Amino acid sequence: MLRIDGLTKTYKTGDKALSNVSFDVPQGQVIGLIGPSGAGKSTLIRCINRLVEPTSGTVRLNDVNLPALRTGDLRRARRRIGMIFQEYALVERLTVMENVLSGRLGYIGFWRSFARRYSSRDIANAYRLLDRVGLMSHADKRADALSGGQRQRVGIARALAQDPELLLIDEPTASLDPKTSRQIMRLIVEICRERGLPAIINIHDVVLAQQFSDRIIGLQSGSMVFDGPPSGLTEAVLTKIYGEEDWTAMRKGAAEDADAEAEEKMQAEKMLRAL
Amino acid sequence: MSIASAETQVWQHRTPLKRLMLWAGWLACVALFVWCWERMTQRTIWAFVWDAPNAAADIGSRAFPPRWSYMERLWWPLWDTINIATLGTLLGIAMAVPLAFLAASNTTPSRLILRPIALFIIVASRSINSLIWALLLVSILGPGILAGILAIGLRSIGFIGKLLYEAIEETDISQVEAITATGASQGQILTYGIVPQVLPAFYGISVFRWDINIRESAILGLVGAGGIGAQLNASLNTLAWPQVSLIILVILGTVVVSEWVSAKVRHAVI
Repeated sequence: MLRIDGLTKTYKTGDKALSNVSFDVPQGQVIGLIGPSGAGKSTLIRCINRLVEPTSGTVRLNDVNLPALRTGDLRRARRRIGMIFQEYALVERLTVMENVLSGRLGYIGFWRSFARRYSSRDIANAYRLLDRVGLMSHADKRADALSGGQRQRVGIARALAQDPELLLIDEPTASLDPKTSRQIMRLIVEICRERGLPAIINIHDVVLAQQFSDRIIGLQSGSMVFDGPPSGLTEAVLTKIYGEEDWTAMRKGAAEDADAEAEEKMQAEKMLRAL
Repeated sequence: MSIASAETQVWQHRTPLKRLMLWAGWLACVALFVWCWERMTQRTIWAFVWDAPNAAADIGSRAFPPRWSYMERLWWPLWDTINIATLGTLLGIAMAVPLAFLAASNTTPSRLILRPIALFIIVASRSINSLIWALLLVSILGPGILAGILAIGLRSIGFIGKLLYEAIEETDISQVEAITATGASQGQILTYGIVPQVLPAFYGISVFRWDINIRESAILGLVGAGGIGAQLNASLNTLAWPQVSLIILVILGTVVVSEWVSAKVRHAVI
């Protein structure tokens, strides 16, 4: 279980990205982290695995205080924290399999990883994960040959290969179309349920966040302004997080958007064919 | 009233003053050119220049046809030339790769000490032409292939090092971040996060440099550093024009082949 207490990040420029953020993540809970751009969502999840160094505060994962760890211990802690990225962040020129196996880097030595000599257990597990995310037949393709949704699935498999105790997920759907976004979110949540994994999903799409998470945390310029169940996201709360906006219309709009988009595409195709 | 007949609005790219200054600038350039031409040709003996077509035709007629039988004495120097280029390139690569990682701002272990040193070595190597390197090395090591290999290698460090460290600096940070997040060590971050991203650039740069080195090693013989240039020098000194034309043809052929190989390799890796 993860316990964040008084987490603060002030960048060198003096910008306060996070101020005094505290919350607990119990076993198996999927948290949707919402807020406008620049609210500190990315900074928050990066402060947990210290891709960004927090200025002050504690982050305890199973009673280990992550900000206090030195290099070697930090690496050992990081390997149990899976991370999934917005632009997939796969190593584009390596194969799908190599990307999934790179989740094991924290567990093996330099020369073995250099020679790609992974243990048969790791390899069997990687195949199982590829099967789970539906990419079994793509194992030996290069990552840059895949579509956006497929790449994000590889990203998920890589995070799972780490055998994580916690998933940090940074805008998993920001580069995907609405339908693929849903599929990816469903996959992530299903996997968290199967394994009882806690996850923090940083997501700007309120509708998706509400649909797929157990709990919502709202950030507004670095401070927590909401912490509660998805059903608690009333118009007043959303206004507090994002500012004035017609929320009911937006939610209805999201559904209509999808239909309109499909129709527009059909029209465009018709026009192209007529040309 | 239609738009066309409305009051016509005038738009000019430059104001009259700017146009005037532009003309003045061009005039100054032409004047400078004329003056320079005067200075340059002050000591030209025009009789020689007017005679140039005759002289060229004369040399051309003496050089043609190439002396094909001389070829049997060129195979060995040609092989030397290719070896100088290839081994020199390998030597350059071996020294340039670590330097590039020290010089790239995102992989250097020490920004204040090692990076400036690496950058200085790269600049120093680039600032000296391989012919000059060869001159120096021939007087240090004596004539022969070894001096040629070292000259090519030393000159290649700068070229490969500079292009490679620029490629390293342009790598996508998110891939490196993702590898870091798995708990990978520094060495693993390098081999998984950065190396795959710079590998195509590395192959491209190396083959390109090899291609350049074939051309450069063909003239190193002029200063005694081995290869086909020695034959060229000897033939020029004895005014053996049919041999000179053959050597030039051989060099041309080699360069065309090396360029073809380098294009093929670059096409294959990208």
